Amino acid sequence: MGVHRCRMCSADSVINMRQHRLALCEVHFVEWVEKITFSFIKKHRMFEPDDRILVAVSGGKDSLSLWRILLKLGFQADGLYLDLGIEAGCSYSKRSGEYVEKFAQNISPKVKVHVLDLADIYGKTVPEMAGRRKGGRKKSCSVCGLVKRHEMNRVARELGYTVIATGHNLDDEAAVLFGNVLHWEAEYLVRQSPVLPADGVGLVKRAKPLARFYERETAAYAIICDIEYMQEECPFSVGATSLRLKEVLNSMENSSPGTKLQFYFSFLRAKENSLIPGYKRPELRPCDKCGQATGSPGPCAFCRLLEPARAASRRGQD
Amino acid sequence: METQSARNSVNRIRSSLMVKVIFKNAEWQIPGNITIRELITDLGLNPQSVLAVKDGKLVNNETGLGNQGEVKLISVVSGG
Repeated sequence: MGVHRCRMCSADSVINMRQHRLALCEVHFVEWVEKITFSFIKKHRMFEPDDRILVAVSGGKDSLSLWRILLKLGFQADGLYLDLGIEAGCSYSKRSGEYVEKFAQNISPKVKVHVLDLADIYGKTVPEMAGRRKGGRKKSCSVCGLVKRHEMNRVARELGYTVIATGHNLDDEAAVLFGNVLHWEAEYLVRQSPVLPADGVGLVKRAKPLARFYERETAAYAIICDIEYMQEECPFSVGATSLRLKEVLNSMENSSPGTKLQFYFSFLRAKENSLIPGYKRPELRPCDKCGQATGSPGPCAFCRLLEPARAASRRGQD
Repeated sequence: METQSARNSVNRIRSSLMVKVIFKNAEWQIPGNITIRELITDLGLNPQSVLAVKDGKLVNNETGLGNQGEVKLISVVSGG
């Protein structure tokens, strides 16, 4: 098999996207990614040029690529980096934060990056919060997700951002969908969407502008655009369910190109056509402790997670 | 003497036809007469999960490894 030529200019291609039957050179691939992102933002009414966007950046390929694309498309986008306090013998969080800061310095002097250290704010890192939970280390990823969602929303509200943008790609979305289908999680299936609207009780609108791209494509974009990013995996993600689901999906994709794309977009179409059974979300109300939106009575899941730390801290003071 | 000299030349030519391949913390010297896709599958990896950067530039999986230089395979799968 010869090297595929770029469909646009016949130069040597650097990527062949078999699911689209499309091979592109560096220049045309970057243009394609930015164009498709723009049309995906418009199609799902994610945000407008006058929106203030807070990009949740982790130092990885997806979030840094997203930030670059949004700025290039002319949107007002600042970054939020949460230092989760993951050390694990490799200073994971510290090094990830360095990639974010370096990116922000290089991309434009006008952009802001908000850096928050969870241990400074709450006295505990994410691994420490997860360690106290039933299931301990195994629960790291779910605790991490809970903490990040809570803090992103809190910061966006406090600083007046109208949209939170995250770097979820199609592989992330397809893996979540696959997991939810396997366990028939109707509630999560109904809620899974490239855009989640704002809610009157304080949930800021959330958008996933890269949900149209395979992980391979966001990585290719980062490499071509010379974005230096954290290539190492989070040490706590070893053996994570989402990685196993991605492996299965990639195996199917390899033998049948387009499987992931079809799986995710057929699901979105089924939702649009009301083929997914309806689910009534519990009414949201402000949490008794932190005031953020929650569906549970009493404190929200984040405040319940922190409660043992607060109680221990009170005992220490007595 | 002549035989030794010939052997040295052959070894030099052989080593010039080897490509350094890097993946995560491992490094190999691999003969360059295969494509990136063949390399990826020979290493037991899924072509969907990695990208190849040859001498600092992203390359298509159908590209040949070439006769010299360095190919870095980058895992694209992340998450938890």
